[in-house]
Amino acid sequence: MLAVVSCFKTASQALLLNKLRSFLTMLGIVIGVAAVIIIISVGAGAQSLILAQVKSLGTNLIGVLPGKSEETGPPASVMGIVITTLTYDDAMALADKNNTPYITSVVAYAKGVATVNWRDHSVDTNISGTTNGYLETENGEVEVGRFFNKDEEKSLVKIAVLGSQVKKDLFGESDAVGQKIKIKKEAFEVIGVMKKRGTVAFQNYDDQIFVPISTAQKLLLGVDHINLIRAKIDHEEHIDQAIADVKRVLRERHDITNPADDDFSVRSAAQALDVITQITNALKYFLAAIAALSLVVGGIGIMNIMLIAVTERTREIGLRKAIGATNKNILSQFLAEAISITLIGGILGMVLGVLISLFISTGAHLLSYEWDFIISPASIVLALSISFLVGLVFGTYPARRASHLDPIEALRYE
Amino acid sequence: MLISVSNLKKIYVSDEVVTKVLHGLTLNIESGEFVSIMGPSGSGKSTLMHILGFLDKPSSGKYYFEGQDVTKLEDEQLALLRNGKVGFVFQTFNLLPRTSVFDNVKLPLLYSKMPDEEKDERVKKVINAVDMSHRENYFSNQLSGGEQQRVAIARALVNNPAIIFADEPTGNLDSVSGVQIMKILQKLNDQGKTIILVTHEIYTSEHAKRIIKIKDGRIVGDEPVMNRRIATDGEILK
Repeated sequence: MLAVVSCFKTASQALLLNKLRSFLTMLGIVIGVAAVIIIISVGAGAQSLILAQVKSLGTNLIGVLPGKSEETGPPASVMGIVITTLTYDDAMALADKNNTPYITSVVAYAKGVATVNWRDHSVDTNISGTTNGYLETENGEVEVGRFFNKDEEKSLVKIAVLGSQVKKDLFGESDAVGQKIKIKKEAFEVIGVMKKRGTVAFQNYDDQIFVPISTAQKLLLGVDHINLIRAKIDHEEHIDQAIADVKRVLRERHDITNPADDDFSVRSAAQALDVITQITNALKYFLAAIAALSLVVGGIGIMNIMLIAVTERTREIGLRKAIGATNKNILSQFLAEAISITLIGGILGMVLGVLISLFISTGAHLLSYEWDFIISPASIVLALSISFLVGLVFGTYPARRASHLDPIEALRYE
Repeated sequence: MLISVSNLKKIYVSDEVVTKVLHGLTLNIESGEFVSIMGPSGSGKSTLMHILGFLDKPSSGKYYFEGQDVTKLEDEQLALLRNGKVGFVFQTFNLLPRTSVFDNVKLPLLYSKMPDEEKDERVKKVINAVDMSHRENYFSNQLSGGEQQRVAIARALVNNPAIIFADEPTGNLDSVSGVQIMKILQKLNDQGKTIILVTHEIYTSEHAKRIIKIKDGRIVGDEPVMNRRIATDGEILK
């Protein structure tokens, strides 16, 4: 133990003799470690933000998608495949308390994209043909005017409720309710404007126009199927039971006896959270791995400088051997120097990384994002052990070279 | 018997070229002697010193140090002997630059088993022995050549070795400084320290008590010094 201490004492003396050089050599490690820490921390912060947003939608929601898919994989509709197996009547069947006692409300969607005009303004936006159940199921709130009612969703009445973004783009500050807008050349009366909701889990809730689902299907999209059913469960504990109910009802309606032949898939928000966590984790670690590459570059810089140092200090090595240093002593001395550089660099990089991460999370908070400042102890342990390892790996060759110098030759070296 | 060498040979082989440096030397050195190994450059005197000082190994022959056969020792054990039994003084001083006199002298103790609390005291003692206490905290590169060599002698003494090897210790010094160095070496010998001085100058070698002359890797003379020179202030080394 004492030998190790004296090794690092000698090493720090040597490093202090060449302060600028030691610092510049260290810089590669500082930046590498800081980058790894920042990416892991910012990644975890962004992840917490996304997960919090998804949770804000309600964890007691389940979604029914057309087409069969693995529970852990993406649904077919994500790939752009159109499957037409779900209908408005399916959604209504799920809303029936006799079929599904735990479901409190249901919303069906038929989605599309269209250009919308008001006077000489025009925007491209999302058309959400939906049902009255949207308000309750998705916690939607109307800012001005009203949402369409149960009767209107089945009729072909041409009325529309604007998302706050669409309202702003089309009408600016002027009133929208009562105005006529054109969607795909059909005139619609604006009956309401939704409250601003922001972007949640990559989906912009404000950039859409709600129209009654039948109107959307028949007049705008020309389809009979729907894209998505969402159902709200009375209590989180009943989610599994509710999913079973939904499957039973839909199989009955679709004449399916073998679950392998399902033409729909049911997902809960909990599953969605899992999938999002998996994706964001993969991104986070991929970026951290790229950042860690800079540590290798830093390590090569250290090896380079250590080789120069060994050559420069050949006479010193010769002398140390002449006065009794063993090969092991010399090896430890130069290894200690390399490891000191990387460890000190690692600690500086860690402090820098934590400070920058704190700065970013504080900034995100000021912009009123729910961004957690997360530094996992694991990332600190990882960063420090990697710096130690880099020193060990890239310091070994120069140190071995130093320890194998012939003392007589080394003493004569000019 | 401190050093007992018989039929010592050293052959260098590099790129198929065989260079015979030492051709079977036999010599004994008692504890307390002051021996000059003298010869022209290329005579093999430095190689002999390196072998006697455990820096190099002979190709063949026997070397007993304090009765122990050292030709069979491993590198680690030789390093241990260098640390504990011998001290080197080099022509070019070989002090660590930008390092204090104190730390330079302390350097060999880094590799010794001496208890830490005794180390500083020991360092101060040997610095005082070469009259360098007033420069203890100077960097070695702030000193004159003579002062540097005195620090180097202190460094050689710090482990209280059985022998001091001095390889052309006055070679890089002006004569006044050179006299001071020889004076210190003679004083150390008077106190009982064994000293082996390697030089090519007859004049310098005559400060020893015994001269071993080497030429072309062979001992060509081994006799006591009749008119031994005593280094005194004002004397001119030439």
